[in-house]
Amino acid sequence: MTRFTGTDVVCLRAERIVFEGLDFALDPAGALMLRGANGSGKSSLLRLMAGLGRPLSGTIAWDDADIADDPEAHNRHFHYVGHADPVKPVLTVAENLAFWAALRARDDSAGAAETAGEALERLGIGHLASVPGRFLSAGQKRRVNLARVLTAPADLWLLDEPQAALDSQASRRLETAIADHRRDGGMVVVASHAEAGLKDAVTLDLGDFQAKLLESTGMAEESAP
Amino acid sequence: MSGFMLILRRDLHLAFRQGMDSLMVVAFFVIAVVLFPLGVGPEPNILARIGPGVIWVAALLASMLSLERLFQTDYEDGSLELLALQPVALEVTVMAKVTAHWLTTGLPLIVAAPLLAVLMNMPADGFWALMAALVIGTPSLSLIGAIGAALILGSRRGGILLSLLVLPLYIPVLIFGVSAVDAALGGFSAKPQLLILSGLLVAALPLCPWAGAAALRQSME
Repeated sequence: MTRFTGTDVVCLRAERIVFEGLDFALDPAGALMLRGANGSGKSSLLRLMAGLGRPLSGTIAWDDADIADDPEAHNRHFHYVGHADPVKPVLTVAENLAFWAALRARDDSAGAAETAGEALERLGIGHLASVPGRFLSAGQKRRVNLARVLTAPADLWLLDEPQAALDSQASRRLETAIADHRRDGGMVVVASHAEAGLKDAVTLDLGDFQAKLLESTGMAEESAP
Repeated sequence: MSGFMLILRRDLHLAFRQGMDSLMVVAFFVIAVVLFPLGVGPEPNILARIGPGVIWVAALLASMLSLERLFQTDYEDGSLELLALQPVALEVTVMAKVTAHWLTTGLPLIVAAPLLAVLMNMPADGFWALMAALVIGTPSLSLIGAIGAALILGSRRGGILLSLLVLPLYIPVLIFGVSAVDAALGGFSAKPQLLILSGLLVAALPLCPWAGAAALRQSME
């Protein structure tokens, strides 16, 4: 059964149509690979999927229920990894992770939540658990952010350029984590320019959905708000 | 543990680790008040007359100074976006952050206020009214300020914009806070003013987190 679908989604940003007429469907264990030039709306689509902003028209639905109807319930379904890595400089890596894990774990007994320690081990930074966030490199922060995804179960992972700042070893660990997640029936949407190592992923090229009028004009740089 | 308590605990934790922030707010409060005897002159009667007003205005400014940081750091490092994507209502998140803000800035101001009242030669009759008015009034300041702090996210001259947005809304709290002390000093009951301050707080409690959350959603779109 298809869990997560988008129908005729139109995205408006800064008074410009970024893409239009976009459809997608994601089944359990499925993967969606977002491709497209800079500014083609990969990040914008991920943000719409996360419910940060609404599509101008069209619907994004979880089990055929529009996610805009109950944003809080939708928040339980997914993990979002954006461009920024929210690691507090004065808290240790373990404290950073524990906070986000606790927010999720409160009354969600389904699924075995990995402890922060195990999640850090899986991304190869177990030795950093007691290090304050301010001493981390960009790649290490990204790994902490990705470890956050592993500390609490969620059906869908929305990953925006997850390999940014990661070395090749960390990228492989991420690929393994995504493969494990999909084997358990999880879904993943990845926006990336690099090969993400996703087996039988559906590729969605956002270049195919550019608004007709805008083809000649320069597109706005895709960006955080 | 509820989402409210988790976020409150995290914010307090962050505030204590960073330490200096709430200390600086109190230091600003003390210095701002101390400037008045130096500027106006050490005439005891004049100081006693302007004391309640000076303490309240300094408290407003001190509370506002720290507001800019209420959402700013979380906004910059992406935490705010992530907080909005947790299964906790954004209104609850705002309420938790405002509570943490009041505990780390409002409460120290209340503790410092009697000392400054002595410095301003305020008669002892007015002390309890000053304390009571601050206890009821400063939470309203934090709540109202949260709307402003949420609205300025992403703007460059945030601090100045914040004061323009928030200070006019602080006026009712200022008027009734000062007149509560003046009433007590004049030998009247401060109860009516304190009741009006309580009314302002009761109105702000549901409205401000709601408006603040709406402003945050706007900033993240």
